[in-house]
Amino acid sequence: MKALTLNRLMWICASLLAVLFVTIVVALKVGAVPLSITDLALNLGRVILGREARIPSEYRLIIFDLRLPRIVLAMLVGGALSVSGTGFQALLRNPLADPYVLGVSSGGGVGAILALILAPRFPLVTPLAAFLGAIATIAAVYFLGRRKGQLDSTTLLLAGIISASFLAAVISFLVTTLAGRDLRGIVFWLMGDLSTPLQPALYWVLVAGIIVGVGAIYTTAADLNVITAGEREAIHLGVDVTRVKLVVYVSASLLTGLAVSVSGAIGYVGLLVPHAMRMLFGSDYRVLIPTSLIGGAIAVVAADTLARTVMKPTELPVGAVTAILGAPFFIYLLRRRLP
Amino acid sequence: MSTPNIPVVGAPLQSGGQQTGEPVRLSVEQASYAYHTKGNTAPVFTLAATSFEARQREIVTILGPNASGKSTLLKLIAGSLEPLSGRVELEGFEISRLNPRTRAQRIAMVHQESPLLFPTRAGEYVLQGRHPYSRMMRFETENDVQIAENALAQVGASHLKDRWMHEISGGEKQRVILARALAQQPILLLLDEPTLHLDIGAQVELLERLRQLALENRYTVIVVTHELSLAAEFADQVVLMHNGKCLRVGTPAEVYRRDLLEQVFEAPLDVDMGPEGRPRVHIRGTKTARPAPILMQDKLL
Repeated sequence: MKALTLNRLMWICASLLAVLFVTIVVALKVGAVPLSITDLALNLGRVILGREARIPSEYRLIIFDLRLPRIVLAMLVGGALSVSGTGFQALLRNPLADPYVLGVSSGGGVGAILALILAPRFPLVTPLAAFLGAIATIAAVYFLGRRKGQLDSTTLLLAGIISASFLAAVISFLVTTLAGRDLRGIVFWLMGDLSTPLQPALYWVLVAGIIVGVGAIYTTAADLNVITAGEREAIHLGVDVTRVKLVVYVSASLLTGLAVSVSGAIGYVGLLVPHAMRMLFGSDYRVLIPTSLIGGAIAVVAADTLARTVMKPTELPVGAVTAILGAPFFIYLLRRRLP
Repeated sequence: MSTPNIPVVGAPLQSGGQQTGEPVRLSVEQASYAYHTKGNTAPVFTLAATSFEARQREIVTILGPNASGKSTLLKLIAGSLEPLSGRVELEGFEISRLNPRTRAQRIAMVHQESPLLFPTRAGEYVLQGRHPYSRMMRFETENDVQIAENALAQVGASHLKDRWMHEISGGEKQRVILARALAQQPILLLLDEPTLHLDIGAQVELLERLRQLALENRYTVIVVTHELSLAAEFADQVVLMHNGKCLRVGTPAEVYRRDLLEQVFEAPLDVDMGPEGRPRVHIRGTKTARPAPILMQDKLL
């Protein structure tokens, strides 16, 4: 019998970080204007040596103003979605649950559209309204999903699905009232899009939120292992199931809300990345959470690179790419579903 | 509770803690409970005040038909319910007041199997029994692995450790679930209808094993069951439950009275004494129970 050791966890994470590094390099290299690896290395070296002034201005624009911020955003969103996916799968006792099942993205969508209609001139209002919409939905679903004061997995799932379809109807209603120019923006937003750069301060908000959310979920990792093997039994193994569920629900919701507010609804990532990590490294949540964080970053950076390049110079919304690639994988998982 | 008028039974029971003067470990004193649907309405189910004691190395079965209150009593003992009145104590500590971790270090519960969400290997599953001893971020130590492997060996399931839980048979799964409970290194082992999905061979094997574990590991074992024959064969003490009341507590020979069992289980039964002072229960054919085929059988014989 092999127990998990810190050493093994570190090796797994290091190898995934290496994959992430390669993905980032490729993402920096390809695009409407391809760059050579030597140029990339040279300019990266200049940054490290503190000679940023020597970087040619076109490189500075392409790498540091266009591609890098987008890659960073993709990493943050992908990591947040994947980790919240691992949390929701355990919480809802449903291996096919994902962060959007609870109607979070639809709630965010309603917030974003309302912001576009009511305050079209203030770009910062849209992510804030989306975040508030997502959080409000999560709170509503939480209260609908309780039975006898306990968070009941089935009731919660049903409350989420109903809220999602209700909010989708509200979105359809609101979209018909939008004018043509805003319509394209909102369509991209609803499909998930990383092309709109954020205000620099928002990156730090995002990073801080992700550290808090992922950290909080990680503190429950060992408890989640026991809970996924049976909730009743978990109580007799010393797990405070009610507390764990609350921590995971709040943290996973925070992560989803953050991701939705800056990128719209990027589907399938929160569902598929945790499963891919399970297939590679096993079901232990102490491994699954960090690997999903890195794996999610890899997946969304790769998907966004494809979105930027397959039909260049036209850019696709990244959510369309994740859905096109994710749906077949989802069907594969459904067919081989274990146990 | 009045002592029933019973025939004197010759041979003493084999592994009874009561007979060997082992210390009392679990004491249930006048413990009662009531389930309410909402607020102040009348309770939907009540467990009347129940008392019994269980000693080290003793197997106690809580016996009764469905909805007799045996699971409620087990929950009171497990500490997942707090008694409405009375006390449930483990070595002098009130169980419902222990914090969940401490409780899980002393009391292990074996449920009827529940579905796993994700594929898990038997070895990993048993290792979860060490959860009450681990800190938030800590990984299992060599010692934990050793304890888990010993637990698997004790239930004769060492060969299963690398198998997937969803690929092994019902009987094997039950052994692995038991091994996880042993890995908790408890002093009180609780089993909720452990034989429900097992064939008769696996049932006997499980109870033989429990008897052996109780002796070797000094467990106090509490088994909830409605299996009359198994309880008669393996219990040192029987707590007979009916309609939320504890009707009788005693050795199987003391509790297994025909009239009492017939009333509780609502079935025509015959009880006779086996050679070791353990009662045997048979289903008695009634007048309405198809006499014709029996006659035909007689003729054939």
